[in-house]
Amino acid sequence: MIRAPRPNTPLYGKPSIARRIVRALLHTPLHVIIVFICLLWLLPSLGLFISSFRPRNLVHQTGWWTVFYTPFQFTLQNYIHVIERSNMGRSFINSLLIAVPATVIPIFVGAVAAYIFSWVKFRGKDLLFIIVVAMLVVPLQMTLIPVLHLFNILHLTGTFLGIWLAHSAYGLPFAIYLLRNFIDDLPKSMFESAQLDGAGHLQIFLRLVLPTSVPALASLAIFQFMWVWNDLLVALIYLGGTPDVAPMTVTISHLITSVGSGVEYLMAAAFISMLLPMIIFFTLQKYFVRGILSGSIKG
Amino acid sequence: MNLFQIALALVFMAGIPIFLVLYLLVAEKLAAGRAKKRKRKSLLPWLWLAPAFVLILVFLIYPLINTTVLSFMNKDSTRFVGLENYRFVFTNDSMLTALRNNLLWVVFFTLVTATVGLVLAVLMDRVRYESVAKAIIFLPACISFVAAGVIWRFMYTYQPKGAAQIGTVNAILTAIFPNFQPQAWLFNPIFNNWALIVVGIWIWTGFALVIFSASLKGIPPELLEAARIDGAGEIKIFFKIILPLMSQTIIVVVTYFIINVLKIFDIIYVMTNGNLDTEVIANRMYKEMFTFRNFGHAGAIAIFLLLAVIPVMVMNVKRFRRERSG
Repeated sequence: MIRAPRPNTPLYGKPSIARRIVRALLHTPLHVIIVFICLLWLLPSLGLFISSFRPRNLVHQTGWWTVFYTPFQFTLQNYIHVIERSNMGRSFINSLLIAVPATVIPIFVGAVAAYIFSWVKFRGKDLLFIIVVAMLVVPLQMTLIPVLHLFNILHLTGTFLGIWLAHSAYGLPFAIYLLRNFIDDLPKSMFESAQLDGAGHLQIFLRLVLPTSVPALASLAIFQFMWVWNDLLVALIYLGGTPDVAPMTVTISHLITSVGSGVEYLMAAAFISMLLPMIIFFTLQKYFVRGILSGSIKG
Repeated sequence: MNLFQIALALVFMAGIPIFLVLYLLVAEKLAAGRAKKRKRKSLLPWLWLAPAFVLILVFLIYPLINTTVLSFMNKDSTRFVGLENYRFVFTNDSMLTALRNNLLWVVFFTLVTATVGLVLAVLMDRVRYESVAKAIIFLPACISFVAAGVIWRFMYTYQPKGAAQIGTVNAILTAIFPNFQPQAWLFNPIFNNWALIVVGIWIWTGFALVIFSASLKGIPPELLEAARIDGAGEIKIFFKIILPLMSQTIIVVVTYFIINVLKIFDIIYVMTNGNLDTEVIANRMYKEMFTFRNFGHAGAIAIFLLLAVIPVMVMNVKRFRRERSG
């Protein structure tokens, strides 16, 4: 009996031990290169992480790598200082208060629009959608002056409401684009049978579309949340310099420019701001990568 | 102190979804009432699209028009000046520096990031710890530019020769080459732009790697196996099979990088604030807006950025049209 060889298995059967050793040796340079590059990439973050736990005088005298061969004088003083004295505690809360609504609004509003674009027929639909697609790459900088003027007139500068609306609008074209592609691919029969059962648009949207779109919504939510969390420019311009509403990115950039704040405090502050993105990345990596893959068209 | 403010924000946050669902409900009822009178045309799509389009109109389309108008006006938008601001964009000394630096960013950042990302994707595809290695390279992409700026300001720290180097870069170089003269990487105009571009590469390579890696997994393994059996070397396989099959993805990634690097702002703002010849277009615009209060100049710079990405915009629309008809 002749069996077809399975794909991916070598035609000549199991490699002998000698052959395996040769292959492993041939692969050594590959492993060396990859491990070296990974170490290189880790080095900067590692330096920050270790330094942020070292006392002030040591940070300025010896390199962070000396902790590996001299006693590590561990301290939390830098963290306590930035949280209590440099407004980082408040800024952390502000970052959350800004990022959560600025993620929820565009995703919900975008999902509604995406549903209409996918499953409801009306005149002018294609033109409207093309406008959305064109807005994908508009540089943010273009909108700064007019929106700031508008905010000044409406007294929205320096308020959470203003920055929620701005971030929502900037995230919307991408949200609509991504979700429309996803909702468009849902089975047609699902909608038809729901309509036959007498379900209205609102019922279909809340009971069918939202639950089935969870993977796309999750990717989008992570993407938008990270974007807002890490944003400096929008917050800097629409929130002004008020410490009461400043998110962490703004507070850290003030710390950098203000005279007398030491590098050790900056590092503690930077690490606090990295904490949440890193947790999200490690726990929700799957959705995050999917968001990146579909997100590579965003401007 | 400001507990009231926080409480208000929390109430708002909880209220948003409720408010939006209520809006949809009212809109549906309104549209249904009207549909009875005139069977065909329903108001529903327009009412449901309204929140999205109001936001897009106010924050994107109106600013687009307004900024265009401002770019033809003087400093405080009281007098029409024609193309004066655009003349400034292309002739002013600091603008020319910014344009040159942005060009450096566009060319070298994009080239290095995409190439390194692609090579790493191909190399990492062959090892078992691929996912860990990818996560390590990707990590910088999920932190803010501000945090990355803090990290790299520390990496580039400089002490005069002889003193103990606490900056990682100078320490490594002095350890390897005893004669090496420690450098103030961010202050020396010969290196500082390159030093900043390195930070960008560190941040974005993981991004390219993840996308390329996913695209690489899409190539049927039989195809590569067949080429190997035919005796093709790995390098030949890379150039003759992998590269052509991934060309579409490469184009997408490269255009994505170009669009984003044209607007680069945060890295420069926190690391050098554009001093010592490191300014880029977006930082210049920020200065024109807030330091010099010159909305004409700032507007013209913004429009320049827009014009630079219009080809990409047209490409996007064309691709959408093709998908529609295809």
